[in-house]
Amino acid sequence: MFRHPLVIRLAHWINVVCLAILLMSGLQIFNAHPALYWGAASTFDSPALAITSDQDAKGEPRGIVTIGERTFDTTGWLGLSPSEGTLAERAFPAWSTLPAGQDLATGRRWHFLFAWAFVINGLVYLLYGLGSGQLRRRVIPDRDQIRDIGGSIREHLTLHFPEGEEAKRYNVLQKLTYLVVVMVLLPVMVLAGLAMSPGMDAALPVLTDLFGGRQSARSVHFIVANLLVLFVIVHVVLVLVSGVWNNMRGMITGWFAIAPPGAGARTGETR
Amino acid sequence: MKPIVPHRRRFLTAAAGLVAAAALGGCDRLAGTAFGRRALKLGEDANLFVQRLLLTPASLAREFPESAISAYFKPNGTIDPTDRDYKALVAEGFGSFRLELGGLVERPLSFSLEQLRALPARTQITRHDCVEGWSSIGKWTGVPLAELLQRAGLKPEARYIVFHCADTMELAGGGLEGGTSEAGDDEAGGTPIRYYESIDLTDAYHPQTILAYAMNGKTLPVEHGAPLRLRLERQLGYKQAKYVMRIAVVDSLAGIGDGQGGYWEDRGYEWYAGI
Repeated sequence: MFRHPLVIRLAHWINVVCLAILLMSGLQIFNAHPALYWGAASTFDSPALAITSDQDAKGEPRGIVTIGERTFDTTGWLGLSPSEGTLAERAFPAWSTLPAGQDLATGRRWHFLFAWAFVINGLVYLLYGLGSGQLRRRVIPDRDQIRDIGGSIREHLTLHFPEGEEAKRYNVLQKLTYLVVVMVLLPVMVLAGLAMSPGMDAALPVLTDLFGGRQSARSVHFIVANLLVLFVIVHVVLVLVSGVWNNMRGMITGWFAIAPPGAGARTGETR
Repeated sequence: MKPIVPHRRRFLTAAAGLVAAAALGGCDRLAGTAFGRRALKLGEDANLFVQRLLLTPASLAREFPESAISAYFKPNGTIDPTDRDYKALVAEGFGSFRLELGGLVERPLSFSLEQLRALPARTQITRHDCVEGWSSIGKWTGVPLAELLQRAGLKPEARYIVFHCADTMELAGGGLEGGTSEAGDDEAGGTPIRYYESIDLTDAYHPQTILAYAMNGKTLPVEHGAPLRLRLERQLGYKQAKYVMRIAVVDSLAGIGDGQGGYWEDRGYEWYAGI
């Protein structure tokens, strides 16, 4: 069946590029002050979250993540990580940031340029999706799907997915996840980003109020970024286990093969 | 056809991996080229364009109640200039300090601190947003920049206001950063590069754009930019030049530093720091 129209496919892949660059340049920006707070201003001695480094009892350097009162040793990953042959004191490791080295100025430039690309791409997707009916079809569960939500949960737990006629539409968990990502997480991400801007705070103070202050907006921006990473991980895993070539062909050419019921969409399966 | 498929798949997988690796490594190289730098600047251009559409001269930065003032306001950048001339001014309590205002003005002027304090003043409790991500709230009292510009009278070709500061950031030709050396000394290894910043006339005439001489009800301390610091409340911290000594009105930023309009701007940061 022809599943993904050109606009959807283009928007999807542009989004992949934008989100990758936004995430990595965002980690670069976070590294400039690796601590989060709630409220309008920073309470430097009591951050809600901090990624730092110090020395253990033996004098060995270690990376530490502090969340409220609790600390976690994250040496090698967060706070202290390998970079160019040595251990560098940096919140997120060099391999995860753009640019790799500590460079806030360039990180910001990547972030803002691709924030614009992301917003424009997102608006095109939403306008097309609303106008063509694609969005409703993709994110709003049908009534019978809501009724059988337990069945869909079982299918996901056993990694067994619908075949035949039922595979022509997204399943209910899939729709609800896309609904939350497209209509909640991504817009909140943009708004929280804007709420951090002193210029936007002067132009539209209600936006910063909505998040409870600039530092709260920064924390929300960080938390939602984590949720988006979680979504992408689950998304990619499910693409891999539910027939990676068919899924990839679908999102590249638009054509998605529907296996007849019981044929076994995954090769090697016997009846 | 059959045997081709696995090959094609393996080829596609390898190709995708190569593209991803090249993209990640290529980003840094791209950012280093003239085209890359110009492309990356597009985001700033769009930010300036849109924020100028949204902001009117009357759009004020958020002001806070006294109770919101931060117990600890983080001093950042230079916090204790080592420049000999500046240290001499500190030693005598800025008694002989004169703020120079020149360039494209009808009447070049100079003001003592006492004269500045006698001019109309504005007090505002605002949030200072550092480009690094943190914020502190403080109360600032000072003279609106517009008061000074009106007294001097701008020439028609005036476009930007440049602030020249007392603190040495580094010595031209590979000196120490952060003014840790005896920076008043030219022999120490090069000409000192002192902090500089610039704003355009839209921001210069904004009511909250002031030259602050007091912070939280007390004389502005050295770590926060004594005797005078610019407050530009709708932009980030690095625009709020500390230790302001001289104000020059210019028609172009081309001749200032490396031409990007400020010390940090010449090192890659945005000239428009509204976000």
